[in-house]
Order: sequence, then structure tokens, then C-alpha cells
Amino acid sequence: MSAPPGYYGRPVVKEPVWSPEVAVYFWLGGLAGMSAVLGFAARLARRPVLARASLLAGFAALLGCPPLLIADLGRPERFYNMLRVFKPTSPMSVGSWVLSFFGGALGVAAASEVTGWLRPVGRLGELGAAILGLPLFTYTAVLVADTSVPVWHEARHHLPFVFAGSASASAGAAAAILTPSRESGPARTLAIFGAGVELGAVAVMEGQLGRVARHYHHGPAASPARMARMLTAGGALLMVAVGRHRAGATVAGTMILAGSLAERFAVLRAGPTSARATAGGETVRATANELGRPPRPAWQR
Amino acid sequence: MGSNMAENHPVGFQWVMEAKLRGAPVIHVDPRFTRTSANATMHVPIRAGSDIAFLGGLVNYILEHDRWFHEYVVAYTNAATIVSEDFRDTEDLDGLFSGWDPERHAYDETSWRYEGVDSAGPAHRTGTVSRSESTGALGGRTIHAHPARDETLQHPRCVFQLLRRHFARYTPAMVEAVSGVPQQRFVEVAELLCSNSGRERTSAIVYSLGWTQHSVGVQIIRTAAIVQLLLGNIGRPGGGILALRGHASIQGSTDIPTLYDMLPGYMPMPHAEDINLEQYLADHRASGGGWGNLPAYLVSLLKAYYGDAATAENGFCFGHLPRVDHDQSTYRTAMGMLAGQVKGFFLPGENPAVGSANGKLHRMAMANLEWLVVRDLFLIESATFWRDSPEIARGDLKTADVKTEVFFLPAAAHTEKSGSFTNTQRLLQWHHTAIEPQGDCRSDLWFYYHLGRIIREKLASSTDPRDRLILDLSWSYPTEGRLGEPSADAVLREVNGWDAEGRALNGSGELKDDGSTACGCWIYSGSYADEVNQVARRRPGQEQTLVAPEWGWAWPANRRLLYNRASADPSGKPWSERKKYVWWDARKRRWVGLDVPDFNATKPPGYQPPEDAGGDGALPGDAPFIMQGDGRGWLFAPSGLLDGPLPPHYEPNESPFDNALYTQSANPARVRYDVPLNPYNADRERYPYVTTTVRLTEHHTTGAMSRTVAVLSELQPEFFCEVSPRLAAERDLEQGSWADIVTARGTIRARVLITERMKPIRVQGRDVEQVGLPYHWGYRGIVKGDSANDAFAIVLDPNVHIQEVKAATCDIRRADGPRR
Amino acid sequence: MAKTYAPPAFVAPAKPGQPVGFFTDSSICIGCKACEVACKQWNNVPVDDIRYLNSSYDNTGELSANSWRHVAFIEKKQADGGVAWLMNSDVCKHCKEAACLDVCPTGAIFRTEFDTVVVQADVCNGCGYCIAACPFGVLTRREGIASRPETNGVAQKCTLCYDRLSGGEEPACAHACPTKSIQFGPLDELRERAQQRVAELRAEGRTEARLYLADEKDNGIGGAGSMFLLLDEPGAYRLPEHPVVPTRRLKEIWGAAAMAAGLAVAGVLFAFGSSRR
Repeated sequence: MSAPPGYYGRPVVKEPVWSPEVAVYFWLGGLAGMSAVLGFAARLARRPVLARASLLAGFAALLGCPPLLIADLGRPERFYNMLRVFKPTSPMSVGSWVLSFFGGALGVAAASEVTGWLRPVGRLGELGAAILGLPLFTYTAVLVADTSVPVWHEARHHLPFVFAGSASASAGAAAAILTPSRESGPARTLAIFGAGVELGAVAVMEGQLGRVARHYHHGPAASPARMARMLTAGGALLMVAVGRHRAGATVAGTMILAGSLAERFAVLRAGPTSARATAGGETVRATANELGRPPRPAWQR
Repeated sequence: MGSNMAENHPVGFQWVMEAKLRGAPVIHVDPRFTRTSANATMHVPIRAGSDIAFLGGLVNYILEHDRWFHEYVVAYTNAATIVSEDFRDTEDLDGLFSGWDPERHAYDETSWRYEGVDSAGPAHRTGTVSRSESTGALGGRTIHAHPARDETLQHPRCVFQLLRRHFARYTPAMVEAVSGVPQQRFVEVAELLCSNSGRERTSAIVYSLGWTQHSVGVQIIRTAAIVQLLLGNIGRPGGGILALRGHASIQGSTDIPTLYDMLPGYMPMPHAEDINLEQYLADHRASGGGWGNLPAYLVSLLKAYYGDAATAENGFCFGHLPRVDHDQSTYRTAMGMLAGQVKGFFLPGENPAVGSANGKLHRMAMANLEWLVVRDLFLIESATFWRDSPEIARGDLKTADVKTEVFFLPAAAHTEKSGSFTNTQRLLQWHHTAIEPQGDCRSDLWFYYHLGRIIREKLASSTDPRDRLILDLSWSYPTEGRLGEPSADAVLREVNGWDAEGRALNGSGELKDDGSTACGCWIYSGSYADEVNQVARRRPGQEQTLVAPEWGWAWPANRRLLYNRASADPSGKPWSERKKYVWWDARKRRWVGLDVPDFNATKPPGYQPPEDAGGDGALPGDAPFIMQGDGRGWLFAPSGLLDGPLPPHYEPNESPFDNALYTQSANPARVRYDVPLNPYNADRERYPYVTTTVRLTEHHTTGAMSRTVAVLSELQPEFFCEVSPRLAAERDLEQGSWADIVTARGTIRARVLITERMKPIRVQGRDVEQVGLPYHWGYRGIVKGDSANDAFAIVLDPNVHIQEVKAATCDIRRADGPRR
Repeated sequence: MAKTYAPPAFVAPAKPGQPVGFFTDSSICIGCKACEVACKQWNNVPVDDIRYLNSSYDNTGELSANSWRHVAFIEKKQADGGVAWLMNSDVCKHCKEAACLDVCPTGAIFRTEFDTVVVQADVCNGCGYCIAACPFGVLTRREGIASRPETNGVAQKCTLCYDRLSGGEEPACAHACPTKSIQFGPLDELRERAQQRVAELRAEGRTEARLYLADEKDNGIGGAGSMFLLLDEPGAYRLPEHPVVPTRRLKEIWGAAAMAAGLAVAGVLFAFGSSRR
């Protein structure tokens, strides 16, 4: 029996402590953010039914976000400290502010939609939510990539595409489930497009990761990863085939939504596995031009 | 050697590291590769129990290659002294010296005396009572200052020739065969030592319990003393032999002793045959040297004990002192408990249930007491043996059957009381109360003072002469504070002593034998000079000279380096500029230098004593070893040791090997207790491995102060054994799993730590494995474990009655899990 | 041969504005763990796990919220059949470009006037980001400590004894270290010492001696407040070879995010454009 690698097999990088709630948040946040974009586009295209469905789907997803995030904290009662500062170097800080303002905007938009009051304000809310939705469904990828966990950091160019595709697929799928087939065409198209981007980005990512990609194939991430790809691909194909019918769209949409959720779980679970593997020296490394550089000026530190 | 200094004296070890950074080679000779070895420049693996073979090999090397410091040896040691013609060496008697009496199980040392001295001393009389240093140095009438000498060192019976002959067979080949140290390695060490000794350079030897805890412990240290005397390393800066004590302030516990055979300042405890003061002084007072002042030391001590009750008429209450007439050491006391002779026992800050060899015997012994008083910081194993010892757990002993009444009185910690603290280098420091003890916790000073006070109150009206022993004691100390804590400062002042006017003495030179002075411990006299607590001084080292004399106070007389007269040549000039330390200033007509001279300050180097001079006056100006009757360092010890004037290699009591040098295998004078609870490993096949107890940095002795502390328990939670990969393979042991260590005393279970730091040693043609057992665990505390000492039997060095746990035998077997 | 290297005998108090930190010379570490104990006692760091870890004399394991100093023990067989036992006291690196500080969303982690990195335990809400961001695996979240409930759920690490520095003292570990293996002082002085020490060891033939994080430029974290002299490869001590602060790549990650968002928008446009109901 050979000796364990490194220092008694102890990982160099600590395992992330993020709980399953965070995976669900990634999914709901992505769904909310992209729903806002879809909804606003529908508004512009004068498709009020689709706009309403997207808007309300996004709002429902949004409602789940803060409780999930707060539950994951070590000290949940201090959640408001997230808004104590604004820190551009911290994707979580940026995301907390984005989520807050997005929530405000979408809330205004949803309220106006439901009550019919203050339509112009509601429209502004929709615009605001659409703009803020863009960082909302991508910042979570930035967040996990901006760590020392190899399976995340080495995929930093690809994870945003995975998440963006996943969010698009989810938003499209949700709207397709909630909208009559007559109105849901763009949603269905978006769902299929998003699924394609998601699956494509995953394939490219794993290819680029090389050996590190094994953390998606072995261990706790393997099962959700497999399910994600099957459900997303299957759902997309089904959406192409029978999306025109409400029932078909519903089944396909559900599959796509489930696949998107599973993909978030796969990404989250691959993190700790990859962190454990740093024991053998599989760590993130500085490139040649990153060495020998003078440090950031003090005021920037 | 015989020390794991980095692990057990880490703060002191920083100085070794500094020396190493300056280029000093650090050689670590040890059966295991420890944290000390990791930081030494050389580690020399050795078979546990073969230290005398190795050191004797060094003596042989030094003599045969003429590496000894000629001038120093001739002038400052007894190399030239001629020994009685009746003396026979172990070379003559195949492992025995002349005078062995198998019936008495003791030597008659008459034939060891210097030529021309024929009267017998206390050693002849008793033979089994262990010695204090004073007896050795004094020897009563047996040592006088001017024995016959041959300064050419050619006389066949001069010490030098006897030494040469005694160690003639301790060749490098023999060292390799017996100790397992390859010849080349051994010669490397010898060369390093020799080339780093002499006028310009000195070497130091450091030892700890790896040397003391043997049935030949004292003789191991003696051999090192011979090496260092031959090399001229004693009394010189950077030289010497440093004994690292095993316990905090235990140096103080031997200076002002808790030992049965000594009075404060290393005076012998009176024997039953010392019927009065005169008899005692006649038997123990030396004709020459520092012990010539014994009367002043003893009388002053008696005045400190008995105050006004002690008068010249009643021999200063000498008759009140307890007498010894046989071995009453701690192990003998345990035997006495088993036999029902010892009814009660005070146990302050000691934990024999875990810390003494053969733990089971002690637990069973205490179960046979009528009463037991335990004073400690925590409920230690010795306080609770009656309900949770392994014997109770196994059903060998039932709580209902234990009639011992156990009193547990919580003790104050060192931060909760003031007092002195004596380090191994004879340095006293003071600690001040930082916080009052909580609840019922009290210091030992408080306990014994008030215990004595209450007993005296109860006896106050008694007319029984026996009670005078208590009532005549001088027992008034000022007490302070809410708790009535006796003033430790006042006690120190009494230890320092005062004169007839009650003025604090400035040193032991002021002590008188007429009852006008009182002094609790003559070597500590001067610690309160000028009415100042010298011990409490804390002038930072950076503000002082190299020797830093104003930090604390060292006995005697604040001399930081003992026998430092030897740092100058017979004419009083330093051996070299580089190693100058104290020297004779002819203009000032006194000794001067970097330290307080350990010599009569105004005695010129050329002083020749008149015929009738006694005491210090009997020693010439070039005799640095002022506590010896002849003023010289003893290569050959004519008196004072029960097992020989020279050290022969003996095998441990339990050993896989016969003695390669003599038919007499082990120390003939070693103390064994052949009782049912103390069986020895008789069968070599059954117990083929060598084992030794060891210590770790993270724990302290029996764990009462470390396994009760969470942060330390976290650092070393479990009892483990260290074995080599080969032994692990042989016995199918797995890393991190469990093993049983088996001896005739029973079985203990430990985690297995397989490590390349343990290696088999090749001895007498075959490989032997060694098992290291840290002894810190017991059945109480945050972390618990089996006690290593439970595996060892009681067999003792005859001179000091210390247990042999650094070399014994065992078997080791795979176990399937932790002890349930 | 006279040695010129000696650990500092006396340390001047740290001055605000002057970067200070540690030089841990593992070649004179005796593995006594006084640093671990002193740190725990001064900083009230709890005992969390009393367990035999089966890794030589190391029962602490690694750095964490409850171990801010960790002494590593490495037993190495030598070519000549002998054995070496390497010991090193690991600690937070107090990076000049600190990943934990960069990603902390609450601002709980800040840089002090001594250029050290400290987590404010009363601000941290335990989001866990710093834990995954640190390239050295220094931080974890403190959980389940009954004796100190007020710090449960927050991330914890070495503060370089910020309170002691503010009081003109050196950190507890440096103060306790008997051999001055842990040296504290101004970083430029420590860098000089480190260079001197490694040069001396190499001159003695100890070619395995090397510095780690001593060059403020030659690493991906912009320099460190803790530098080390190691006697083996960093990986043997659980240290990363060529660590880099992920923030160095943050711009490109946001860039990819922007492109991904753009792609999504394009997808939306396509979805509406290609739809005829």
C-alpha cells in the first residue's frame, strides 16, 4: 500500500461548506434572472400573456432565493451584513446587491402586474429587473469560479456559459409550462436554445478540464451530472417534438427544469470532491507571467 | 545521552540550538530517534541498557590514544593516588570487586580505600542503606587529604593504571558487540569529543532519566564523570556534566530533601547507631575539604529545626531526629504497605499508581493501607484506585474490600502561591502569587504548617517525652492574608539562616557549630544575604555579563559553575584565553573572574597545607574539588558507592543478552523484591524485545497536569508504542492499530506507531528490536490509557533506589482494537 | 567556521504602517507545539477534536478555525538508510493579495495597519466564501463549540495577534517558541534573515533547504506576511506549489460572464425573432 499523497493525504484547499440550499438558489436565481429578461422582451414584443407568465414565474422563484441563502449562512441572523459594504472583488458582494435591487425591481413589476396599479412604474421595474437579471444569472458562476477549487476555477471561462444556458433553459421552460401554446413559442425556443448552450458548454468545459473533469464522473457529483444531462437533452428534444402541445411542453419543460436543477447540484457537489483531490498536488497554479509581478498597490488591497 | 532534551526540556534546549547555530556539534546517543535527534548533528542509535559499555569505550579510547588532558588529570584528579593492595577489580574477579559478601548482598569497601587508610567507616557498618553524597565525600576517617600518590602515574596500583586496566577490554569492537554502535560511528564520536576538549575547547555531557533509571544508573553517570575528568572538562565553561531533572523543582526536592536518607544540604540522615551528635559527627565529618565543616552545618540545621529548645547541653536536640536503620525508600515502603507494616501514607504531588514501576503493586499496596492522604491539583489515579483502577475494572480488587480511608485535599497550583523554585543548574528563582487559590485549595506550605500547628496545639499539655519531638520544633512563621498562608519569604530567610542577633547570614562561611547560628540548609545560605530575597532578583540578562549573576541565586554562594577553580591551571592562570573563567589575581591576592570562585577566595594557588590543618585548610591551592576529602576529582571512588569504585558494564536486570564481559551479568548489588506481585521476566524466549519508558513534550509525568488539560490532551491523546517496521512485520502490527505489550507483570495495550525512527540493533551477533513506551497515561483524565509502568517490575539502583525502567524486556502482540 | 546567522534576541514593537509578519525557520523547529498552545490560550481558540490522527506526532492535522498554528511532522527515509524528521509550524500566510479578503462580502475580513489580514468575528455571517477561496486551505467555519457559542458559525483564522501588536507585543506563538524558529518582525528584515539562513544551510550542503513565499514578487499572491524555510517540497507540508490568488483572474471571469449574458440575450432575440406565435 503506497503512502497517501502530500501531507498524510490532507487536502491543500479546504472543502467548500455550501449546502444543498445553495444549489437550489443557483437554479432559482438563474430562473428568476432570465425570466425577467424573457418577460421584458415579451413586453416589448407585445405579448402580454407571456410577459405576465414570465414575470410571475420569476417572482415566485425570487421569493425562494433569500430564505435559501440565509439558511446556508453560518450565522443566518447576520444576513444583513451582506449589505454592509459593496465590494467589487467579491462576486458574492456584487451578487447580494444585484439580488437586492433585482428583487426590488421585480417586486414592483410583479405588484403592478397583479394589481394593475401604477403601470408605468411597473414597466420601469420590469426594465430594471431585466437589466439586473443579466448579472443575476451569471454572477453565481463567477462566484464559484473565483475560488481555489480546481474543478471550478479551471472552468472559469465555461461555467458562466453553463449557468447562462441553464438559466435560459429554465426560464423558457417555466414560461412554456405557464403559457398557452399559442403564446409560448419564444419561450419554447429559448428553452431549447438554453438547453443546447448548457449541454454544449458542459461538454467544452469537461474537455478543457481534462483529468479534473473526473470529479463530475466519480463521487457525489456523478449522479446529478448524469441526470442533468439526460433530463436536459431529453427535455429539449421533447420540447422540439411535442412542445406545440401544452401537455408536451409541460412534460418537456419539467424535464428541462429538473435537468437545470440537477446541473447546479452537479457543479456544487464537484467542488468538495475537487478540493479533496488537492491533497495530491492537483491545485490551481500561477502562470509564468503571474509570478514575478509586483504586488497590487496597497490601496487596492 | 540518556536524555531527550528537546522534548522534555524544550525551553532549555534553545541554548543547545544556539550553540549548534554557532557551529557546536550536537551528538544524540539514544535508542530512539526523537525530536532531539532530529535537531542534533548526529544521532547514534544504541541498545537501551548498554551505556556503560559505550562510555567505558570512550574511557578506553581516551587512554589508549593518549587524548587525556595530562596536566589537568595529574593535578586535579586522583589519578596519581595509590589504592590499597587488597583491591581487586572486575577484571580479576570476573565482574565483581573485592569485598563482595553474598549473604549480606553488599560490598565491604575496605579494600577499595586509598593505601594507608585502614579504619572502617559507616559503609562497612551498614552496606544497605543508600548513600548521600556526603558519605562518599566524607568517608569519615577513611579519606584524608594527603594520600600516597605517584605523579608519574606508573605505580601499578595508582588510580590511573587501575582505570586503564579496568577498561582495557572496552575496545571499539566490544562497544559494537555490546551496545550495537558500529565501530566506525563510535570512533567518530570519540574523535569529536576528544578533539573538542583540552585547553582551547570544552565539551559538555547532558543526561536525564535515560541514565538515572537503571540498576546501574549511578555508575553510568560515574563513567561520564571519568570521561569528563580525563578530558579536563569539569569546572570549565562549556564543559561539565549537566543533569536535567525529570520534574519541576525536583532539584529543590533533593537539596531540601524529601528523601529518607538525607538531611538538607546532602548531609546523611542519622543511623540508628549514631547514638548522639558526637558519634554522628565523628563518623561523617571529613578531615579535609568542605565537609570538614559538617558540625557547623548540622548544628545550625538543628537550631533552625528546634530553636531555643536546642542547646549545647542536649546535643542541640540531635536525639529528636529520626533514625534510619534499613532501606526505607519509596519502593521498600510500598512493600511495607503490602506487608501491613505501613498503615498510613501522605502523597503530596506524587502519583505512584501511574508513575512508579509496577503500577499494580502500588495500587494493591495502597489498598492495604489504613489511611491515605492525597494532595494534588486533580483527583489523580492514586486517589481513586479504590474505584477505577484496572484491578477494580478486572475484578481482581473489589471496592467494598478496600478498607483504606482516602482523604483528598486539593492543592494550590504554582501560580497560586509564592515560593522558590530550584532548577537543575542549582539556580533558585522566585515565583509570586498571581491569584488566590479557589475554594479549599491550599499550598503545601499552608498544609504542613497548619497541620503541625494543630498537632502541636493538641499535644500542648502533654508530658510524654515522645511528644517533645513535635513540641520542641520551632514552628512560628508569620501568616498572611485571608487564608493564613505562611510567608514563604520568611521560610527562605530561615533556610538562609541567621546569627545569634537574628541577622540574616550572608553565606555558609558564617555558620558555627556552637549553636549561635541557625540555618535550614547550608547550601542555600546566602540566598537571603543582606536581608534581601536574592532568589527573587530578575535583572534582565541583556543588562548583565555572560554569567548573569543577578538573575535569581544559585547555590552555593551564587556560584554559577561548580568547581570552577579547575578552569585555571595549578598556578592560577586560565588554561587558555579562550576558556578563561576564574583566575588568581596576584596583585589583589584573590581569585577573580567571570563568576564567584568556587574556592576559598584568598587561598593562593601555591598554598601548601600544614600537617595538622583540617577542613578547607587541609586542601592545597591547586585542589579544585573542595567537597572531596582529598580535594581531587575521583576517577576511582574509594568510598560512597555501594556497587563499586569503578563502573563495569552490567546487563539490565531483564535483558535478552548475557554479559559479554563478565560472568557476573547484572549489578550484583541491585535491589530486587522477590514478591508475588513483582515477578521478573525469566524466560528470554518469551520476552525477546528490549523495552524502555520514554517521555513526550506534550505531557508531563503521569499526566495529572497535562491529561487534565484539554489543549494538551488534544496534542497527544492516546498511549502509543513505537516500533520498527521490521518488528511490526514480525508481529503483524498495523499502523494506527493496537498492540499488547506483554511482560510477567501483565499486559498493557497501546496504539501502534510504526516508524523508521526505530531500528533493530545488532548486538552480540544478532539483531534485537526495541519498543518505546511513553509513560504518561492512566485511567483518569480527559484522555485515558494504559500505564507503561504497569509493564515494568521493581528493580533498583542500590545507591539511590531508583527504578530500572529504561531497559527491560517484553513481548508485543497484535490486538484487535482498543481496550474495552 | 563562525556563523553569522542568529535568531533575533529582542524584538521592537510593530509600528503602524510597517508591514510585519513571520519568518518560520523550520530547520530549527523542535516540534514542541508551544506555538499551538500559546495561540490557543491567548486567542481563546477552542479544543474541537481530541483524536489520535495516526500521522506521526501530529494530532492537530491541519489549519482550521480551531487550529491557527499547526505543527507538521514528516518522517523521511534518507538515501543512506537514516531518517530525517521534518517539523514545521504552519500558519495563515497573511497574503498581500488575500483571496479571503477579496471575496468576503460583509467586509468582515480587513487589512490592518500592520498589513496583516484579520477576520472580525462579530461581523462575519459565515457565508463560507473565504474557505473555498484560500489557496492554502487556512480557514474553516467554527461549528458546534458549546463553550464559545458566540463564535459558532463564523470563519476564523490567525489574526497575527492583532491585539498584541496593538499593545506593542509580538504574537503569542513567536513569544512562546523556545528556539525562535518562529520569528516576528518587519518583513524586509525577515526577508533578509531568510535569505541569509538559506544561504548558510546550502553552504553546509543542505541543498534541500529552500524558502517559501519569501520573495514578494515571485509568487501569485503578491507577497506574504508569513514566509518559511522548508526542508522539502511544499507539497510535503500540505502547501501549494505556486499558489495564486483567484482574484488575479476575476476580470476574465466577469468577461466570460458578460459574454454568456450576451449570448443569452442573443438567444432571447432569436427566440422572439424566429417565432410566429
